[in-house]
Amino acid sequence: MSRIDTTFENLKQQNRKALIPFITAGDPAQALTVPLMHGLVKAGADVLELGVPFSDPMADGPTIQRASERALKNGMSLRGVLDLVAEFRKQDTTTPVVLMGYGNPIEAMGWEAFAKRCAEVGVDGALTVDFPPEESHEAFEHLQAHGIAPIFLLAPTTKEARIEQVAKLARGYVYYVSLKGVTGAGNLDLSAIEEKLPQLRKHIKLPIGVGFGIRDAATAKAVAKLCDGVVVGSRIVQEIENSTEQNVVANVGRLVQELRVAIDN
Amino acid sequence: MKYSYPDQEGHFGQFGGVYMAETLIPAVEELRDQYLRFRDDPEFKAEFEYELKHYVGRPSPIYHAKRLSDELGGAQIYLKREDLNHTGAHKINNAIGQALLAKRMGKKRVIAETGAGMHGVATATVAARFGMECIVYMGAEDIQRQAPNVFRMKLLGATVVPVESGSRTLKDACNEAIRDWVTNVESTFYIFGTAAGPHPYPMMVRDFQCVIGDEAKVQMPEMIGRQPDAVIACVGGGSNAIGLFHPYIDVPEVQIIGVEAGGHGIASGQHAAPLTANSKVGVLHGNKVYLIQDENGQIIETHSISAGLDYPGVGPEHCLLKDIGRAQYVAINDDEALAAFDALCRFEGIIPALESSHALAHAMKIAPGMAKDKVLLVNLSGRGDKDMNTVANIKGITL
Ligand SMILES: Cc1ncc(COP(=O)(O)O)c(C=O)c1O
Repeated sequence: MSRIDTTFENLKQQNRKALIPFITAGDPAQALTVPLMHGLVKAGADVLELGVPFSDPMADGPTIQRASERALKNGMSLRGVLDLVAEFRKQDTTTPVVLMGYGNPIEAMGWEAFAKRCAEVGVDGALTVDFPPEESHEAFEHLQAHGIAPIFLLAPTTKEARIEQVAKLARGYVYYVSLKGVTGAGNLDLSAIEEKLPQLRKHIKLPIGVGFGIRDAATAKAVAKLCDGVVVGSRIVQEIENSTEQNVVANVGRLVQELRVAIDN
Repeated sequence: MKYSYPDQEGHFGQFGGVYMAETLIPAVEELRDQYLRFRDDPEFKAEFEYELKHYVGRPSPIYHAKRLSDELGGAQIYLKREDLNHTGAHKINNAIGQALLAKRMGKKRVIAETGAGMHGVATATVAARFGMECIVYMGAEDIQRQAPNVFRMKLLGATVVPVESGSRTLKDACNEAIRDWVTNVESTFYIFGTAAGPHPYPMMVRDFQCVIGDEAKVQMPEMIGRQPDAVIACVGGGSNAIGLFHPYIDVPEVQIIGVEAGGHGIASGQHAAPLTANSKVGVLHGNKVYLIQDENGQIIETHSISAGLDYPGVGPEHCLLKDIGRAQYVAINDDEALAAFDALCRFEGIIPALESSHALAHAMKIAPGMAKDKVLLVNLSGRGDKDMNTVANIKGITL
């Protein structure tokens, strides 16, 4: 069983929900990414989403845009991100790591080389925001061949026929975007999520994570009740932005701990 | 084999496609279905043609730039006068088409990205004409270099939103417009300004702009008894160029030349010429195209004196035309474009847009080496009123 499947299976047996924090690799410094990852796990994270910075993050709001800019300024590249995961795996061989970003850096590296390197360093899944299933044939082939889970986004606007199609291709978990908008927007609608989930569950047998717009412990708790995992991105990235290099690991740890407690209770 | 692109999924060979975030996929699919429904609808076509004739002022004339041609002493240069359209560029052809579609889809709010401001002005214009709310995203740097157009958009009732992220030019304006669309997907129609982006935009924008080439194909034989030896147009995203080129693709004796922005020169790395510079294939703004990028797949900041050409990508159909060899792509540097700008002012009494000056510059470059009975048809895609500040600055004059 893959690390992602094992993780969700264990959580299910304990009747708990996954906490999935997102950080951008290389933000605020390349040397702090691995310590931050370990800190997230210590604070209670179950799966890590590691953002690969891109020059044109069209699906992201200002907070993650700035994180991307900082990371690129720090010299972060896709190959560099993969090296950081290798370093992380020296100490942590169980926590799943999913890379999240845009397709072009992978196109530039080549999907085959990317998938191969993912398997080598211990990446478990890949989510490319701007590559829908229709354009992902080549990507799948290589990800599948190396046992890397393609993670898909579904949106409030997604129609049932597409949910069915994604259900067939997805591995690991499916990421439901809880609002119409970019990351970090604050207009999440709980009742709309509640309404949409049965339609998703009808076709999707994998765990469903919900993200976008989850900014505090209370919302995380409420969302966790409805699904299998809660993804928190901009709020954590904002904490990174507001911290110093000295206190960032501690500050982020404290925030994630709060989320953990809220979700578990 | 007959040239017939794109395929049903919007692919031009390996290029094009629909590379968009999931939230927007249903919107793009709805747009495709609605466009396919209306493109051959007689009522839609009649309304489009009516607007082009009575509102835009089409057909645009073709003008023989005789004094300039004589001065150069070679091939005859003819100009397709898109600069004489209402709002001063070819952009209005497409904006009208998309606005008519938006109206049929019941969308009351339109958004647009703009570089030089011509597409922004065209969109603001049609929004006023059809009573729609209009938001235009424009890079902060472009707002400075195209100030007159910003004021025009505001006069027309549009809201102009400065974009401060990234290189603060056209590509960043696109990013921001896409972010707006994803947030307001149900109420909003994105009037995209060039023949790029996710399917159906490259096809739809091309179809609306083909009026340029369709007219020229009739006008040239009327004027000179035959088709030109070459058609030449500047290529930013590629809409004015594909509008002129497409009707000529199946006329093999007509050479097709696209002119990209060479900026400070291809060798300098500061340019906006992905085709000429042999950039690698990549994915940006919803389509797979040749793209100016670094070895890590990050998009590099481009440079051109003309805001409308200052873009790292190019429409998918131009990528295909390059690969199959039907069109040739070259680059013209900032200083060559400026010299052509001056020449057209002085020899013909026409002030061209800096974008169009690139196409003209290439014609001026090759004309002297050609026989006097050869004919080059240049798409004069827009007029240069918007460029007064830029040109004055370069000449060291404060207006
Ligand atoms: C006058 C003019 N010509 C050309 C362009 C370039 O766009 P395209 O390549 O889509 O024709 C612009 C864009 O702003 C423009 O204003």
